[in-house]
Amino acid sequence: MISRWLPFGVFAAIAVLLGVGVIMNAGRTQVEIVSPLIGRPAPDFALPDFANPAQIVRQSDLRGQPYLLNVFASWCASCRIEHPVIAELALSGRITVIGYNYKDERAAAERWLRQLGNPYHRIVVDETGRSAIDWGIYGTPETFLVDAEGIVRWKHVGPISPQTVERELLPLLDALGAGR
Amino acid sequence: MNTVMLRRSRGVLAMALLAFAGLASAIMPKEFQSPEEAERYRALSHEIRCVMCQNQSLADSPAGIADDLRYQLLARMREGYSDEQIRDWFVARYGEFVLYRPRFNPTTWALWIGPFLVLAAGVWGLVAVIRRQRPLPTVRPESEDC
Repeated sequence: MISRWLPFGVFAAIAVLLGVGVIMNAGRTQVEIVSPLIGRPAPDFALPDFANPAQIVRQSDLRGQPYLLNVFASWCASCRIEHPVIAELALSGRITVIGYNYKDERAAAERWLRQLGNPYHRIVVDETGRSAIDWGIYGTPETFLVDAEGIVRWKHVGPISPQTVERELLPLLDALGAGR
Repeated sequence: MNTVMLRRSRGVLAMALLAFAGLASAIMPKEFQSPEEAERYRALSHEIRCVMCQNQSLADSPAGIADDLRYQLLARMREGYSDEQIRDWFVARYGEFVLYRPRFNPTTWALWIGPFLVLAAGVWGLVAVIRRQRPLPTVRPESEDC
């Protein structure tokens, strides 16, 4: 009697498995790439400072305190959406926020920052997007949390929502002892 | 077909060809130094996934990031990296996900061995079902004329 139900059981198991896969991926057009950098030293870069392009900022210069690296561009629509969230974080003083201006034109980036406000403590400019590849950046916006020792602790792909800050980022900042 | 229609369809054809030409030039890289280099580049760019248009290989994707990555691929080749070192270079930045042919390691064991386990379970089930069946009574032809 069991053998008669066996094919049905196998079919049901496969159907449930596929169904779970479909539900888990609903509304997603692409898989979020899990960064292999988490828990590893942040890749170095030597990029011009947005405020003073003659000055080169190295990733190692940023070490000594935890910071968020927020990849943005004036041509990126979702960056506009997340901008208030990034601004609130930066103004709260809990964490240093470094802007990473990705494949942008200087004039367009300046206009964007004038329009929306510049919440960043510092902005580095990656005009060609070459250094971004070392960070595994593949779009905008993306945000990394790097600790005081220069280890990548967290990465978020896509616009950061207030919920993401509340649920993921703030507990991490507490753990790192950033801000109080 | 009158002349106007013919002319129009020719225009459409020309436009379509031009569109494809644009696409091809976006995807084909710079100049190759040798046919061997072109062949190696072609093979590698087909087995690395575009991180943006994730169902396309680096070779097929028109995304801007794919163009940047194709450029890096050629640069690594010319720096003398082996195929495995090139794969490592991409994996270090974007994870195992960028390889269309995942490597055999603890995180991909289920992926590689899983199908064979399912197959073995199927064969086992089939054998169990067949064994349980009683042999059919041998049918003897009643007459020779059929």
